[in-house]
Amino acid sequence: MEYPAVTMKNVSYAYENKTVLDHINFEVPKGAFMGVVGPNGGGKTTLIKLILGLLKPDKGSINIFNENGEKLQDRNKIGFVSQKANAFNKGFPATVYEVVSSGLTATIGYFKFFNKTHKDKILHAIDQVGMLDYAYENIGNLSGGQQQRIFIARALVSDPELIILDEPTVGIDYENVKRFYELLHQLHQKQNKTLLLVTHDTGTMTEYATDIVCLNKTLHFHGKPEEYTSLTEKDLSQFYGHPVNIVSHNH
Amino acid sequence: MLPDFFQYDFLRYTFLTGLLIGVIAPLLGTFIVVRRLSLIADALSHVTLAGIAFGLMAEKKFGLMIGPLYSGMAFSVLGSILIEKLRSVYKAFQELAIPIILSSGVGLSVIFISVADGFNTDLFNYLFGSVSAVSQNDFLMILTIAIFVILVVVLFYKELFTLSFDEEHATISGLHSKQIHLLFIVLTALVIAASIRIVGVLLVSALMTLPVAASMRLAKGFKQMMLLSILFGELSVIIGLISGYYLSIPPGGTIVMVSIIILLIAIGIKRLKIRV
Repeated sequence: MEYPAVTMKNVSYAYENKTVLDHINFEVPKGAFMGVVGPNGGGKTTLIKLILGLLKPDKGSINIFNENGEKLQDRNKIGFVSQKANAFNKGFPATVYEVVSSGLTATIGYFKFFNKTHKDKILHAIDQVGMLDYAYENIGNLSGGQQQRIFIARALVSDPELIILDEPTVGIDYENVKRFYELLHQLHQKQNKTLLLVTHDTGTMTEYATDIVCLNKTLHFHGKPEEYTSLTEKDLSQFYGHPVNIVSHNH
Repeated sequence: MLPDFFQYDFLRYTFLTGLLIGVIAPLLGTFIVVRRLSLIADALSHVTLAGIAFGLMAEKKFGLMIGPLYSGMAFSVLGSILIEKLRSVYKAFQELAIPIILSSGVGLSVIFISVADGFNTDLFNYLFGSVSAVSQNDFLMILTIAIFVILVVVLFYKELFTLSFDEEHATISGLHSKQIHLLFIVLTALVIAASIRIVGVLLVSALMTLPVAASMRLAKGFKQMMLLSILFGELSVIIGLISGYYLSIPPGGTIVMVSIIILLIAIGIKRLKIRV
């Protein structure tokens, strides 16, 4: 039997007394490409931190591949790509190869060293994101879009089943955002990865996602992209709690 | 110029100890610099001074022969653990831990020194380093520390690198970030205690950071930077020790000035490269 990648049952979370997530119930089916949208402060990042095990839910339960998320043994089933193109220390003196190799550290385990198989895996992951020519360049010398591809490679190298991306395209220009989604599309279609993507960029995302969830403290919408794009401004205003103008993204 | 260093025992031990700290100080320094923890080395060196002062006081006042190297090491390791505790108390102001520990170190040193009514051993040696301070026992202890430090860094290299590059990612992937970090800080404390005899309390952090600052300008990748830092560290120690001995200047000063010259050259080379 195939279990969903993520199952959330009645999950609530509050920072001190401010409730951020209120009784969330939803599933990320295996093989889905799910987009999570919603206003700032609507709990998107909190949701991701809960799934990653960085926070523990106040109420409810989270299962990852039918295992209790809090006790998940094999953390390598999940790959994570954050908003790093903006956040990471650009001067850090590490090559692309070294950065991607850090994605294998936990998989290999303590007191063991990189061997030939690991090295091949690292180069393969760099190749998958189309950056093999830059393998021995310092990561600081690359553009924001290229760096973000390297962080995808770092997530891919341990061969996770679920890849979680937190606003990965922030600060990347439109052309590269397009290429970035093409890469995600390939991972989803050809390698059957389950993707969970948090984004503001609903325009491009709806072209590739299979499921869309709209989050603002509670779950306001869960459906197919077609259903989401057919929502009216009035519906969306209700989700977001303020007026919304739908802007066409037909560049 | 070298023969004196081989002829006299005390100089030979100083020289060999210098070669050891020329490896281990920049080795850990590489991680310290990229994690932006450079000031921790300063805080810990002042705590080590308190430990040394304590050891000397205990010897003079109570006849306890602890040995200042050992009491210095104990204080340094204790200080490193306290820094970590303080950093978790002041989560939003983690750098506060450094002035707190640094001033405690200096405060304690002053108290111990005055309780002992000053020392026969020149305190100057501990502040700026000395070419004649290393006994055979000290050397063997520092050799043990060096072997231990190198072994741990080799064993945990991939974890230390992963943690340094992206702590959040390391934690998510299931590494025991806190424990590894604590191990790292304790190693730093040991290296500082081992280095103080030669470079001195006030300059020990320079030997951990300056060679790294120079190699950062030139190296491609982390491993290369680490190896280049060690090379620069060794050069500084060897040239600094020999010139310090012949010029009758404490080696802390000459070692640091050689490091500074290497740093300036590294910056110059990078400029030339950019122009070409």
